[in-house]
Amino acid sequence: MKFPIYLDYSATTPVDPRVAQAMIPWLTENFGNPASRSHAYGWTAEEAVETARENVAALVGADPKEIVWTSGATESNNLAIKGAAHFYASKGKHLITLKTEHKAVLDTMRELERTGFEVTYLDVQENGLIDLEAFKAALRPDTTVVSVMFVNNEVGVIQPIAELGEICRSRGIIFHVDAAQATGKVDIDLNALKVDLMSFSAHKTYGPKGIGALYVRRKPRVRLEAQMHGGGHERGMRSGTLATHQIVGMGEAFRLAKLEMGAEREHVRALRDKLLAGLTTMEEVFVNGDMEARVPHNLNISFAYVEGESLIMAIKDVAVSSGSACTSASLEPSYVLRALGRNDELAHSSIRFSIGRFTTEEEVNYTIELLHNKIGKLRELSPLWEMVKEGVDLNTVQWAAH
Amino acid sequence: MFAPVYLDHNATTPLDERVFAVMEPFLRDRFGNASSRHEYGRHARAAIDTARAQVADAVGAHPSEVIFTSGGSEANNLFVKGAAGSQRGGVVAIGASEHPCVREPARQLVGQGWRMLELPVMATGHLNTTASATLIAQHRPRLVSAMLANNETGALSNVMALVEPVRQAGGWLHTDAVQALGKIALDFRTLGVQAMTVSSHKIGGPIGAGALVVAKRVDMAAQIAGGGHERGLRSGTENVAAIAGFGRACELAVQELDARAAQMRVARDRLEERLLGLGARPFGGVEPRLPNTSYFGFDNIDGETLVAKMDRAGFAIASGAACSSANPEPSRTLLAMGVEPDVARTAVRVSMGPRTTSEDVDRFAETIGAMLIELKRMAAVAV
Repeated sequence: MKFPIYLDYSATTPVDPRVAQAMIPWLTENFGNPASRSHAYGWTAEEAVETARENVAALVGADPKEIVWTSGATESNNLAIKGAAHFYASKGKHLITLKTEHKAVLDTMRELERTGFEVTYLDVQENGLIDLEAFKAALRPDTTVVSVMFVNNEVGVIQPIAELGEICRSRGIIFHVDAAQATGKVDIDLNALKVDLMSFSAHKTYGPKGIGALYVRRKPRVRLEAQMHGGGHERGMRSGTLATHQIVGMGEAFRLAKLEMGAEREHVRALRDKLLAGLTTMEEVFVNGDMEARVPHNLNISFAYVEGESLIMAIKDVAVSSGSACTSASLEPSYVLRALGRNDELAHSSIRFSIGRFTTEEEVNYTIELLHNKIGKLRELSPLWEMVKEGVDLNTVQWAAH
Repeated sequence: MFAPVYLDHNATTPLDERVFAVMEPFLRDRFGNASSRHEYGRHARAAIDTARAQVADAVGAHPSEVIFTSGGSEANNLFVKGAAGSQRGGVVAIGASEHPCVREPARQLVGQGWRMLELPVMATGHLNTTASATLIAQHRPRLVSAMLANNETGALSNVMALVEPVRQAGGWLHTDAVQALGKIALDFRTLGVQAMTVSSHKIGGPIGAGALVVAKRVDMAAQIAGGGHERGLRSGTENVAAIAGFGRACELAVQELDARAAQMRVARDRLEERLLGLGARPFGGVEPRLPNTSYFGFDNIDGETLVAKMDRAGFAIASGAACSSANPEPSRTLLAMGVEPDVARTAVRVSMGPRTTSEDVDRFAETIGAMLIELKRMAAVAV
């Protein structure tokens, strides 16, 4: 076994060796700029870019012409939300999203608020899912853009994208979906889903970092204001030299995802079930987020009466996240878990285990044993745990201020 | 084997194998997200820190002044819109031959409280700094962007001459140094600008990484929000492999600058001598200029046609900037230099790399010489 055991596939995935193999010739031999129309170096690169576009489109049931390359899902989210909000600003300036979205959506919304847009941040239910009635009630005549993520990065719950799409389409509202955590995990068919804009990332699906895409629907046509200007690449929607090797990597990663998703999901589900069963034999352990509408790749668990930082330090043999990767530099409790109604203590003592293509049963067994061992030790040191074991209801305790 | 002679280094460069060696581990077992706190993440973070120092050293800046982006286009967009975004409005001044990724974001500002002012270039392709200084004093722009080296002509403009006028006007001065890095010595402090754009794939690094070097006192509004990476100025999971490659490419570019420049200059001078003998009309070609770029045309011979024929003969060159190669319009840079549209359509750009040999140049000159005879014969028949 290789240490630390990697159980942080939701932060980033390893590049699949087959993907790396596909990328490398585009670094070392065929280095042309795909925009060079005057020589074969450029044409060869352009051809590779278009094949990759077909592979990305095929995974999600889109037309290749609907795929716009970006530097990653963060840029895709920015382009989709700012681009659509600005383009349709004459129709209205009200936007809706969820409190549990990724920062790339939330920070973009905040920026729009500063420039005169109004944003409704919807609460989610205790299971992490959107409340459709509350959503309908939040819609207004001047609502132009709704952004709801497909799969949550911290708790793995799957939002009802099909239903939301029906509602948005019937009211002529642009519907954006951040699918960074969904590709290769759930089936996505944009022929059936009434989604107008969808963000993708390569590095969450065994592709390289630094490349992503935005799906922009053509029928009915969705318009965007470009956010990066220049040579007019990507039909004017996103300028900048295309990174051929990265695009080829994303194409190959998505091609493999389409081929192997079914089998992989079962592999991951079996390991997740094992991990879940192994960890929930401990007392005072709580799973965060719905267990039905959820990708099997994610298991987010709160270990009560254990201090989060100490826990992370104690299980250094396992690479996991205590919040989402992008915010784990801060010691704020996860805003996602708080939105699910977890108190700060429980949010702090939560671990996100994310399982993937290369996770083995041996690694899961080791993790279960390690967690049992370390949680037991940490709780032995905890005065709170001692009180709980003595039958004290901590909620009734009057703590002295200091 | 697929190996036409590559003479289009201003469009993109082959990846240096020493750079690839630094990148490869990040495409394999060192795959962590630099924001993760475990060992995988810390390795990635350390690689980014190293690269940041390498880029900073290459341009004489402090590492904290380096903001990594997805490339030069994004860095130019970030400066123009980012520095504009923290202000209410005013005048944005750009050189008449700036790259579209400076020009287009500046144009986007027009109507949002901004006016765009063009700074004139001379017939040599250099920025007319005297006229520019006068315009700057008159219009007092809040933002000025003037490229150091032009991608088409290779003309090196005296951007330093704008430092004092822009300071007196109370504005910020930015230079697009994408084509200058790795070909001439660069020093952010000596130049005296407040911001500078550099790119990885023009110096033997991978496509997909670039940087805006920006002084801390320039108040900037982020253009990509979400997570607060890069001092809050550029969010998004870092492209560790490309950034590490960019850092190494910068380090090599500085170490080998003199040798590379000398090699390219020899090749270029040899080529230009041969081309002049064939009756070429140079565009620009006046010092100070980059050591690697030749821009020229042959009267009555369409540049696009010549480039296509040279491609079939095994030579990769360009008829204009790569980004606008799809555009049949004559080069905006040439028009700004006062070249007639019909003459501008003859333009062909040859850009050398550090590994371009005299043999490549000789073969190129011989091939183009033979081709000219054929093209002239065809033109004569057409008449």
